Amino acid sequence: MTQPYDVIIIGGGVVGCMIARTLSAYQLRLLLIEKEADIGMGASSANSAIVHAGYDPVPGSLKAKMNVAANPMWDNLAGELNFPFDRRGDYVVAVTADELQGLELLLEQGRKNGVPGMHLISAEEMRHREPNINPNVTGALWAPTGGLCDTFAVTVAAAENAVQNGCQVLLETAFESFLMEGSQIIGVHTNRGDFRARWVVNAAGLNADFVMHQAGVRPEFKITPRRGEYCVLDQAEISIHNVLFPVPSCGSKGILVTATLHGNTIIGPNAELLDREDHATTRAGLEEVTQGALKLVPSINLRHVIATFAGLRARGNARCETPGVNYDSDFIIEIPKEVRGLVNLGGIDSPGLTAAPAIARRVVELMEDAGEKFIQKRDYEPIRPPRPRFRHLSRAEQTALIQNDPRYARVVCRCELVTEGEIIAEIHAPIPARTYDAIKRRTWTGTGRCLGSFDMPRVVDILAREMGVSPLEITKKGSGSEFLYRTTKEVEAHHGA
Amino acid sequence: MALKEKYDVIIIGAGPGGLAAAISAKQNGAEDILIIERDLELGGILLQCIHNGFGVEIFKQDLPGPSYAQRFINEALSLGVDTLLDTMVLDISPDRRVFATNKTRGVIDVQARAIVLAMGCRERTRAQVRLPGTRPAGVYTAGTAQRWVNVEGYMPGKRYVILGSGDIGMIMARRLTFEGAKVERVLEVMPYLTGLMRNYVQCLLDFDIPLQLSHTVHRILGDKRVEAIESVQVDERWNPIKGTEEVIPCDTLLLSVGLIPENELSRKAGVIIDPLTGGPYVDDGFQTNVPGVFAAGNVVHVYDLVDWVTEAGFAAGKSAAKFALTLRARENRLIPLRADENVRYVVPHELNKDSLQEGNVRLQMRVKTPIEKPVWVEVRSGNLLVTRRAEPYARPGEMVTINLTPKEYDEVDRASELRIAIVPR
Repeated sequence: MTQPYDVIIIGGGVVGCMIARTLSAYQLRLLLIEKEADIGMGASSANSAIVHAGYDPVPGSLKAKMNVAANPMWDNLAGELNFPFDRRGDYVVAVTADELQGLELLLEQGRKNGVPGMHLISAEEMRHREPNINPNVTGALWAPTGGLCDTFAVTVAAAENAVQNGCQVLLETAFESFLMEGSQIIGVHTNRGDFRARWVVNAAGLNADFVMHQAGVRPEFKITPRRGEYCVLDQAEISIHNVLFPVPSCGSKGILVTATLHGNTIIGPNAELLDREDHATTRAGLEEVTQGALKLVPSINLRHVIATFAGLRARGNARCETPGVNYDSDFIIEIPKEVRGLVNLGGIDSPGLTAAPAIARRVVELMEDAGEKFIQKRDYEPIRPPRPRFRHLSRAEQTALIQNDPRYARVVCRCELVTEGEIIAEIHAPIPARTYDAIKRRTWTGTGRCLGSFDMPRVVDILAREMGVSPLEITKKGSGSEFLYRTTKEVEAHHGA
Repeated sequence: MALKEKYDVIIIGAGPGGLAAAISAKQNGAEDILIIERDLELGGILLQCIHNGFGVEIFKQDLPGPSYAQRFINEALSLGVDTLLDTMVLDISPDRRVFATNKTRGVIDVQARAIVLAMGCRERTRAQVRLPGTRPAGVYTAGTAQRWVNVEGYMPGKRYVILGSGDIGMIMARRLTFEGAKVERVLEVMPYLTGLMRNYVQCLLDFDIPLQLSHTVHRILGDKRVEAIESVQVDERWNPIKGTEEVIPCDTLLLSVGLIPENELSRKAGVIIDPLTGGPYVDDGFQTNVPGVFAAGNVVHVYDLVDWVTEAGFAAGKSAAKFALTLRARENRLIPLRADENVRYVVPHELNKDSLQEGNVRLQMRVKTPIEKPVWVEVRSGNLLVTRRAEPYARPGEMVTINLTPKEYDEVDRASELRIAIVPR
């Protein structure tokens, strides 16, 4: 067994990575374990990428508190971690007279939650601000503090900064059970052996219920995956600059039409409760998403869909603990009484991405309350340096980059303009990208209109070369997802048996 | 190879359309020709099309793709066409400047008198046919699989289902069977074959590979790698018919569901695209709406036979050469008019020498600083005075005019530039 850690974090989603980053400022030995081949492969890479203003959660809920506390933290966070973030505000758009009432309710709710700057705007103003909007719009709610981020870049940047500050990250390492001494947790048992620690943080997302049950905590708590399907539209065909929500109904924010920081418009998600994990998109789901989106922007054309995907939100069934608030899908952020050494999180669905930095702060506060002494590292480095993105550079910057490293002159992904230099940098980054999807999420290789059919053989080749393995070993998303099966007969004959 | 600053014709893409355009441009009088290709070799997709069926129209011979391409590669190279390989064009401006990058030269910026767009087409993906299900490894376009098998020497799977009865899909069905793989089925959503009948006979029938018309993939199963697909029969409006679902175990799904002309670069140059073909609007010489920008082959619309792509390339190359030569001739007759002593500017900026044979050319200018005494307005070619005219004074507020007349043609014809000055008499 390795030397004990101070804290082990289970789960490398945005919440786990943000906790790791926050804890890495202090003199603590940290380990983050992730069961998949890369961090951020769950909900953190399949969502709307919106930093919510905070008018949606039920007033008094932990969701509302965390959302509103976290929202102002994002500017600083983006500055330190160097990920794309744009506080461009968001709209809730009413398209019938009835829906106008819904806007009033949301405005009221937002004020209760402490969301600044919200106000109603007229239909005419909405048409002016978003010319693609349904001409039957009746009014809209404007929330200037809403923002857009590159959700996956956030996760990577937070994890990388944690690694910069000494955190260890183990991928393809799945939690199986706790190591206990009486009611004291002393570590975790995983598929890759045992790791000891004084504290364990449950940031297991969809599996948070399994993890807490292993510690005997909240046996009644259950995560129900709630699937949301999305379509990505070709930015050459349609470009929506704004974040447009419909008036919400029955607990879901509804199907939105939104800009992304890559320029593509996305539509979705629907909300379907599942009895198991299933990342598949469905005909019915995509149809529902389309109908929902057309309600806001009637000019959307399905011929311009370049990708579809589904994400699973970790919907929990924890009752809100604020007296008088009737809400039963709240976040859990607690140090449970039944065991010692566990920081327990659960039910972190939307607005989990937005709330992540506040959740991380809350974890520190809870641990302090439990007697943990936090001593800041002298050499703590809060800045995660950015890596160049060829497509965002001016011609002069591109020339300078290429002069320094000619590998940035070879374009591997033509649609999204990603170069070999960028891919190689990610393969050797602090959190190495060792699968095709890991490269894709970091660089946007293969996310364009050809969906990777041009770059795929090239990226497999680069990965194999840089990792010093055969292309047969390169996977899409970890063991079992190899791209290739064997060499052809001619190649076999040539090399001789 | 030393890259020239300016080319008569620059061709984007070294597939059959681009190669033919290069050859024909050269044969039609263009001198400096450059082909820019993003892959490591000339030939385009033909290099991975190792099956036969190419050249029946043009050579009256049945050739494999690489052999067909090689004939044009040899000819282009022997004609002295410049090539840039492993080079991606990033941008084309409407005034025909081409920006590209590669590993050895870095950022490349070249001017063309004429451009031929020959980027070909790309395959439609699962998103464009809105194929639901999971996103495992093992879902590839037929062309990507073809590259892996025929160029790189790797088999992407053991058991295949192919969606789409396009030619690439059927040809891959046979090729994979040769390599010892099992092709379970070819599904086609239309009630008819979408590829060539000869490919159906030679690639599917001869190898007992079942084709199911009016069938499509209902969903993809498997989380990490494809484990199966569920097929379904569709009605005449492509709606799945309940109860006809069938799970077909396989580890690979190949998509052969159509091709789309690849025109992202064309749009950057200001070329207008026909939504029906997916390619530029072109005239009978394959010129687009942007003067001097031509388009050839599958970038215009998707052809059935490569021979026809070649012929389109020949036609576009010829038009491009003609355009470039006209421009070059005009460039040779065009000299700059430069503002010299005490002249702020002269309009026009350039003079076509031949205009003087047709009559007077009026030059108009503004003075820099006032001269309140008699002046000469002089037009000089080097030290030689071409013409001059007297004025009582020169003031910035009053435009000055001088005419060049047919009498001065001989001096102007020998000049490489004219300088205009206003000096005291």
